Amino acid sequence: MSCSRRDLLKNTFKTTLAATLPLSAFKMLSPAEVKAYTGDSSIRWVFLVDTRKCVGCGLCVKACKNENEIPWDPPISRTWVERYVLMRNGRAHIDSPMAGRDGFTDSKIRENEIPPDQISKGFFVPKLCNQCEKPTCVQVCPVGATYQTQDGIVLVDRTWCIGCGYCIMACPYGMRFFHPVYKVAEKCTFCYHRIKKGMKTACVQNCPFGARRIGNMKNPNDPVTKLIMNERVAVLKDEYGTKPQVYYIGLDTNVR
Amino acid sequence: MSVEQVVAQGAEHIAVHGMDWTTKELFTYPNEFIYWSIQIVMYPYMTGLVAGAFVLSSLYHVFGQKDLKTIARFSLVFSLALLPVAMMPLLLHLQQPLRNMNVMLTPHFTSAIAAFGIVFSTYAAIVLTEIWFVYRVFFVDQVNALKGKEGTRDRFMYYLYLVLTLGAFDTGDAAVAKDKKAVTIMAGIGIPVACFLHGYAGFIFGSVKANALWMSPLIPVIFIMSAIVSGIALCMLTYIIIMEWKKWSAIIAKGKGDETVQLIAGAELDVITKTSRYLLGFMVAAITLELLDLIFRGYTAMKSWDILRSVMYGKDFVNIFVLQYGLGNLVPFLMLLIPGTTIRRVFFATILVLFGVFMMRWNVVIGGQAFSLSFAGYMHYHLPIIPHNLETYKEGLFGALTVIATPFVLFWIINKVTPSLEYKFNNE
Repeated sequence: MSCSRRDLLKNTFKTTLAATLPLSAFKMLSPAEVKAYTGDSSIRWVFLVDTRKCVGCGLCVKACKNENEIPWDPPISRTWVERYVLMRNGRAHIDSPMAGRDGFTDSKIRENEIPPDQISKGFFVPKLCNQCEKPTCVQVCPVGATYQTQDGIVLVDRTWCIGCGYCIMACPYGMRFFHPVYKVAEKCTFCYHRIKKGMKTACVQNCPFGARRIGNMKNPNDPVTKLIMNERVAVLKDEYGTKPQVYYIGLDTNVR
Repeated sequence: MSVEQVVAQGAEHIAVHGMDWTTKELFTYPNEFIYWSIQIVMYPYMTGLVAGAFVLSSLYHVFGQKDLKTIARFSLVFSLALLPVAMMPLLLHLQQPLRNMNVMLTPHFTSAIAAFGIVFSTYAAIVLTEIWFVYRVFFVDQVNALKGKEGTRDRFMYYLYLVLTLGAFDTGDAAVAKDKKAVTIMAGIGIPVACFLHGYAGFIFGSVKANALWMSPLIPVIFIMSAIVSGIALCMLTYIIIMEWKKWSAIIAKGKGDETVQLIAGAELDVITKTSRYLLGFMVAAITLELLDLIFRGYTAMKSWDILRSVMYGKDFVNIFVLQYGLGNLVPFLMLLIPGTTIRRVFFATILVLFGVFMMRWNVVIGGQAFSLSFAGYMHYHLPIIPHNLETYKEGLFGALTVIATPFVLFWIINKVTPSLEYKFNNE
């Protein structure tokens, strides 16, 4: 069979054209996209922290470390509690020793005695992953090992993470760290393994004062949703445009 | 190993990444440490050297800067030796280095790092192609010269060169002219790709919106300029060292007054004087942009400026203004500017320039982590000197020295195949 150059080009063109349509039905998916199909699209998990109720007992941090296998002694933690002591002269003393795990039983801050008569106000602020609507950590992961589920939780695939630390750098809240045992990026997951089964997160379950609550933003009858809709709430660092989904009641302007 | 097993072994086995070399001051978030340490300083530094060395060689190949002819071939081969070393710091830094291929397998393109594999391999292909065209005639000559020779080494080199010719034995005028054209084209494509490779390394930092120091659209451009500065300086430095070594071996062999010695010394000074003009030009561009960035931050004084100022003018003052701008920029700038250039002066000036660019990388990478995301505290980086485990080796002084030493070893090997330091070229 003879084949002129013209025929060859013609046939190549035809074959390409014919193959384009069926091939375009296929789509290259990143692992992140595949994993993103986990979760329930009728749910959007949100968190509500009432800072006025927090007494800094540290039970949430204890519970979290136990529940999520975060080594006990290193200072790293998926969640933590910060203490703010604001002085009459405008100075702020902030600390979170051992992530607030053992409670704030010492009135000293970093070995410094704080004169009680000069304190204007003091309060505690629990922190955890904001499960942002537009998470920068997911955006910057070079391999797609971290992903957002349909119900809004950002998770890490421990079998695929290369441990570059870019997500740790990209999080404006300092939520992420390297898990000392698995050697991959680690973060708060709102106890995804628990909430999926209808349970509360470990920190919510263990808060004796109801300062921490979790809810479904897509359910208008959810008490947490109602509070977020009706009360005056605030989020942390909204200037980064990540649309954080942990809402705070009683947030002070000094909170970092 | 499960968490229980590790916990059972006792807490001293649990090494939190970053805790070994970070000390904290005032309030920082519990999870904050210097996660990106010395190897991430080395990464833009080494990529910068690659890009800079290539751009230097392209100045001759594309823009026909005849004065750079001698150093062009050398810097091209040297940029090949530097290439694998641009990846090394990343591998040493990864917590899961064996998974490095994941970046190529499932690149997640919203991430600046994801394109690394693609940009990097494109660039490697360009460098290899260009070198092949430059050396093709040489390969053919070697094959012809080694044909029929006995001895293991000659046989090995014969087959090596035979493979390297890729079957193209035509050394006629038309074919050589085509080679030259191909070199020009590859070098022409190479310049934007080299700049992209490095500008993109800058983008990795400049796009981190959480980091007040890094977040700036100027960072990629600053990185390109300082990359070219460091690349040219390294080529000059290596060139001086090798030529001096040749000169001294000629002096030892033939005596000080010999014609060869004069020839080498003359050629060396000529090349170095001309190359240093380009170095000065790029230095001006780099410093201008850096100062613009600094002034702009101070003038706009955003929320982060308070802590940035306390880091720049306080804690890192010596690193930034004394070591980087003073010793690394101003002093070598004056040394190169003063008329009556001598090899010795240029030698020390290029070392200072290289040091200055290294300090710039250090001040960006480490300086960017010197303050807490809470803007209420500081972190200090203590470079691990004596390694006491794998991590403090990899991300310590000796890890960095390993990275620095590798390109010279590679160059020594590559130069055996493609000699780039003859001071008389016939076929270019």
